[in-house]
Amino acid sequence: MPQTTNDPGPHDALIGRLAADLTPVRRLSPPHRQALAWLAAVAAAAIVLAALADIATMAARLAAASDLWLAVVGEVATMVLAAFAAFALGRPDASRAWALAPLPALVLWLAATGAGCLRDWVVPGTADIPPMEEARECLTFILAVSIPLSALMIFMLRRSLSLQPGLTAAMAGLAAAAAAATLLNFFHPFDATATDLAVHTGAVLLVVVASRRLGAKRIGNISAPV
Amino acid sequence: MIQRNVMPWAWTDTLLAQVFHGSLPAARCDGDAPAQTSRGTTMTDFSVPDFSAPDPPSRRSCRMAAAQAGDATAYADLLRECVPIIAAVARRCGVPADRVDDAVQDVLLTVHRARASYDPRRPFDAWLRVIAERRSIDLLRRQRRQGGREFHAPFAVENTVDMAADPGRGLDEAEAAGQIGRAVAALPSRQREAVHHLVFEERSLADAAQATGRSVGSLKVNLHRALKALRHKLGGEN
Repeated sequence: MPQTTNDPGPHDALIGRLAADLTPVRRLSPPHRQALAWLAAVAAAAIVLAALADIATMAARLAAASDLWLAVVGEVATMVLAAFAAFALGRPDASRAWALAPLPALVLWLAATGAGCLRDWVVPGTADIPPMEEARECLTFILAVSIPLSALMIFMLRRSLSLQPGLTAAMAGLAAAAAAATLLNFFHPFDATATDLAVHTGAVLLVVVASRRLGAKRIGNISAPV
Repeated sequence: MIQRNVMPWAWTDTLLAQVFHGSLPAARCDGDAPAQTSRGTTMTDFSVPDFSAPDPPSRRSCRMAAAQAGDATAYADLLRECVPIIAAVARRCGVPADRVDDAVQDVLLTVHRARASYDPRRPFDAWLRVIAERRSIDLLRRQRRQGGREFHAPFAVENTVDMAADPGRGLDEAEAAGQIGRAVAALPSRQREAVHHLVFEERSLADAAQATGRSVGSLKVNLHRALKALRHKLGGEN
């Protein structure tokens, strides 16, 4: 056995203890497969919600404004990229650069929603300003859908020890919030507006922060007893 | 949900694996059929690892795969091999010499807890080095935070007065012992004998009676008289 540069003597006790503690482990499936599994769960939720929603109205609404399409593309891309980033960051040897992956999609999402607001501002009357009641419904929907999706992802991440748990949990929150925003399109009764942008941004921030605060301990608990 | 051996899926899976993992495969262990790795889609069974793998990095990958299957001997050997690698990474990251062992232990624990996430298709050494680097940086960060709260001030420690300390206490005790010794020496021989056996040597009355050849009653009386005399003498002097 090559022990050339360092005497492992002082660590023999720990190594003995770890070896004695060794139990066979089931190898984790690769991060991209975990991400696909989570996206499949979102797709299943989408199918259920699509059955309940008025698809024709949604299609007509999306066809009427191109920036709405862009916003949907941004939401879906944010969801997919954040999910891949979260599962990649869940591994101890992951690069922090994964956290940058969903940013372009996030910019597209917010910019397209913002463009909707701008168009409404430039050409008044093209959209109904939604009452606060509906905005609150949207916020409730995003939170209600995000929480189980975020919890599912953090549950799937529980066995992979992340050395950057805060970042990983934040990515999980972003993926869940983007998924919720995507699913909200089935029921969105109004056009992109300032209220909409504020509600979306606020909900995403809320979910990301909550996920980070609540999830980080569950996926990066290095100091737990061996 | 995950379908195997379906062409479009296999192609997508390989592509995604490339994006996540880079090049495949790293090590070939015994019991690892070539078709499995070349497909790059199936998590192969490295259940019977070949510890005679030619180069040390491949051997380590195989040992880690064996450890995942529960082989404690391979695991202990692997961890021992990891020690110098981790120490080198820690030193390169700037961990001070007296903290390198802490970094090593921390990384060994991390490897233990993260062992399920190691993919034997990837090189073990790269996996270990990234973990060692990250934990070393965390250790330095913790040390810096701790350094902000604690400081090294040897003069302050030396100049601080210990209010509970009494420099004369030792002398007083020696003085008192000397007085008692002199007072006992001045006692009549039978009383001195009783004090010596019953008080200084802490013997029982029966033992003392046997040792001195006196009766228990005689010892009791002499001890009583001796204590009375001592109390009178020492109390009178003080």
